Amino acid sequence: METIIQIQNVAKTFMTKDNQVEALKGISLDINKGDIYGIIGMSGAGKSTLVRCLNFLERPTKGTILIEKQDLSQLTEKQLRKVRTNIAMIFQHFNLLMQRNVLDNVCFPMEIAGISRHDARKRATELLEIVGLEEKAKSYPSQLSGGQKQRVAIARALANNPGILLCDEATSALDPATTKSILKLLQDINQQYGITIVIITHEMAVVREICSHVAILDNGGLAEHGTVEEIFFNPKSTAAKELIFMEEGKFTGEEINSNVE
Amino acid sequence: MWNSATIMMLAEGVFVTLYMTLVSTFAAYLLGLPMGVALVVTAKDGLRPNKIIHKILDTIVNIVRSIPFLILLILVIPLTRVIVGQSYGPTATIVPLTLAAAPFIARMVESSLLEVDYGVIEAAQSMGASLWTIIWKVMLAESRTSLIVGATIALSTILGYSAMAGAVGGGGLGDIAIRYGYYRYQTDIMIVTVILLVLLVQILQLIGTGLSKKLDRRGK
Repeated sequence: METIIQIQNVAKTFMTKDNQVEALKGISLDINKGDIYGIIGMSGAGKSTLVRCLNFLERPTKGTILIEKQDLSQLTEKQLRKVRTNIAMIFQHFNLLMQRNVLDNVCFPMEIAGISRHDARKRATELLEIVGLEEKAKSYPSQLSGGQKQRVAIARALANNPGILLCDEATSALDPATTKSILKLLQDINQQYGITIVIITHEMAVVREICSHVAILDNGGLAEHGTVEEIFFNPKSTAAKELIFMEEGKFTGEEINSNVE
Repeated sequence: MWNSATIMMLAEGVFVTLYMTLVSTFAAYLLGLPMGVALVVTAKDGLRPNKIIHKILDTIVNIVRSIPFLILLILVIPLTRVIVGQSYGPTATIVPLTLAAAPFIARMVESSLLEVDYGVIEAAQSMGASLWTIIWKVMLAESRTSLIVGATIALSTILGYSAMAGAVGGGGLGDIAIRYGYYRYQTDIMIVTVILLVLLVQILQLIGTGLSKKLDRRGK
């Protein structure tokens, strides 16, 4: 298996006015090409900071991030922007441009990459078909539901054929049924295009649904990591046990819901 | 008294007032817009934090904004002479109007840009957008309705200032109001100029509000 993301001893300290907050305390993790890697933890565990380190939206205070063997800290601003076109990201609150219609939102990353307007529109139309929103091309984000907005964000993320897709709590603002359909879409994308997906979540259900691997963050440190089966059947850390236990409680509730559907 | 000469004078007053207002607003945006953008970009949590530049800009804006317009008008007379060649008349008024309005516009642009959701800026960064792309296509484009509302406020304010410039021979409706209404006790002419000023502000406001609504895609 080829490693696509290497996180080596990454630490991040935030300086506030009167004290320091250690958001990440020396995390090391390898993510292989084609994985759907879940990073899970309670709120405040540092998972959003970690995912932002992967595309250098946050610069680690210590440690190294290698993307396809390239050390991000060694890149110039221009090179970093180029690498970022290969690392797409979707967000909890979708972060679409509210003043642009759906088609032009999907075109935006291609504008940044310098693709001609004609080609960008053509590709955007294809992408909207993939996410099942071709008839919404002329709508504005304010006219869409949460699930539809996330689909637009996914189409936008795929625009420049990225090798990696980072998902920061991408389903946390969605209801269970919509969450399921978005996760299904992510899984299809992973299988069809071989895109490596990193999923940040606080819900074990998301991990169970689509992830191949999982890392558990606890209070800025890595509590445990491995394949989803390993962790689910044999959790060793307290953090893992807690998350799985919490999920079991929720599990039955959700099962009932999906049976009703 | 209401002969064609008076009417011509009032019509010319409207024209001159609009000329001063529109040209000054335009020139003030040439200065104020980049200043507003720079204030946001260099702020502590901006895209390119720079304490020194931010502090300098912030101080300039605050100083100029705290000088009463009538005083500024007189203070910049030497500069006006250099730029325009004379210190009175409508064109000369444009210089102090622009200088007074630019910092005010910088503040309004700053507040409009701060309304843009940080998540959207972060998303653009994650796509590899450059600073300029983010400024143009995200910050300015996303806040355009707020910017237009701000521009409408700026126009009305500058129109008011331009009338004040009448006191020192600036020309336009304010000039007419002072010369006829105040010095010659022709209250009727003064009232007409005031009505014309009110109408002008109303029209500008209508256009501004209409435009910002038309360009806003956030509603249904």
